[in-house]
Amino acid sequence: MTFREKAEVLDQAGLDRALTRIGHEIVEQAGGADLALVGIKTRGETLAARIAQKIASIEGQRPAVGALDITLYRDDLGTRVEQPQVRSTEIPFSLKGITVVLVDDVLFTGRTIRAAMDALMDLGRPRVIRLAVLIDRGHRELPIRPDYVGKNLPTSRKETVAVMLAEHDGQDRVVIQEPEEGEASADGAAPRKREATTTPPRRTIKKGRE
Amino acid sequence: MAWTRKDLVSMQDIEAAEIGEVLDTAESMKEIATREIKKVPTLRGKTVVNLFYEASTRTRTSFEIAGKWLSADVINFSASGSSAEKGESFLDTARNIEAMSPDVVVVRHKAAGGPALLARHLRCSVINAGDGAHEHPTQALLDLLTIREKKGHLEGLNVTIVGDIAHSRVARSNIYAMRRMGMTVTVAGPPTLIPPACQELGVKVSHRLEESIAHADVIMMLRLQHERMTGGFIPSLREYSRVWGLGLDRLQHCRPDVLIMHPGPVNRGIEISPEVADSQYSVILDQVTNGVAVRMAVLYLLAGGKAA
Repeated sequence: MTFREKAEVLDQAGLDRALTRIGHEIVEQAGGADLALVGIKTRGETLAARIAQKIASIEGQRPAVGALDITLYRDDLGTRVEQPQVRSTEIPFSLKGITVVLVDDVLFTGRTIRAAMDALMDLGRPRVIRLAVLIDRGHRELPIRPDYVGKNLPTSRKETVAVMLAEHDGQDRVVIQEPEEGEASADGAAPRKREATTTPPRRTIKKGRE
Repeated sequence: MAWTRKDLVSMQDIEAAEIGEVLDTAESMKEIATREIKKVPTLRGKTVVNLFYEASTRTRTSFEIAGKWLSADVINFSASGSSAEKGESFLDTARNIEAMSPDVVVVRHKAAGGPALLARHLRCSVINAGDGAHEHPTQALLDLLTIREKKGHLEGLNVTIVGDIAHSRVARSNIYAMRRMGMTVTVAGPPTLIPPACQELGVKVSHRLEESIAHADVIMMLRLQHERMTGGFIPSLREYSRVWGLGLDRLQHCRPDVLIMHPGPVNRGIEISPEVADSQYSVILDQVTNGVAVRMAVLYLLAGGKAA
């Protein structure tokens, strides 16, 4: 199944402004001390590093940044044909008593965030966990809501949101994609990943991955 | 590369990309061992049966820890004290265990081909944890992980495997896997312990220890299995140790960054001297640590994706 671009949601400047605002909001609410950003792999990790940079330029101090792989905590293991690839979790600091801001690119069903919170709890006991996402596209399946949002984006379930970042995709932009006409069920394998079933959002935005 | 195998029985037909996937997954799994709470919920509700017909502490414990850290229920079955002693056949025992719906059966058997037989007859996944003198795939995988971790890569490395090649399932699995990863393998040992058709596996053969290890990046010393040394293979343990044992004196002619490996259990003073086993070159305990990670990776890849 192929997708065609329907609309550009954020360009490079827009994406940068959104991250700047999120950085300001985090500092305003949480302060700069005892703060860590934990990005959900892969694009969340990149976004966390960028937001940390923004906070560094506001506060003069860069918060700790970690990366979380949630594969081992997914709720759809064993229901897929293949096992998703396990990547490493890198959180080289203690979570005890600090404010952790989870960072992801797209918030969709909320299942990734559920998994991420379970993973964090296994690693320590943060004082507070907050959630920052670049895009909130709706269609939640769990009672989860973001604290910092780059852009709210109403979508249909058939569409996908592709977040492209220079580090991975050579450019910074966010686009909505929709399936090509008349091709909706042409391919047996791809729609499982692409369509909004119970698959977490990260799996739906794999356009142009590394 | 997608992992689509039901079983892990042999390294003979495994692709380089599949080995790469296991090693990458294992590398990620290693982080769990550093946690305060060493448990992830990944295989919750899955059952792993360790079906061991031959003595083992390291491998069985390693599989047990791996399964438990992934939240699987791990049941140990050993042949002694079981219905196998009452005359139940291997396949009947396995079918009875399968009737209790395990997801993975880890099997060690003294007969070569035992795990392959189960893999054909059981619907669940089967992992070969050593079958006679045939294969020991997870040992080869943990050896590769250890080498890759220490050297940064696998391709182009020279590995010398020393000792009883003929009776070694570790050697055979490693030879298949290392050849697949583009490594050069030399086997060294007394002629009685090197199978005559060994070159067909794509390895070099040497009958002199110093010569075989001079350019090696990795030296893998095999355990002299004295329980199998009743057929006149070696004149005496002392003589074997003098000619084929690795001591500090022999290491002087090796590369300064050589890795010394041993699949365990170590016969100190026979195939390897205590000074070498405990030296800075030795990665024997890293191998054990990596064994858990590799087995977690294999359990994850085999057990997780079945229900679809």
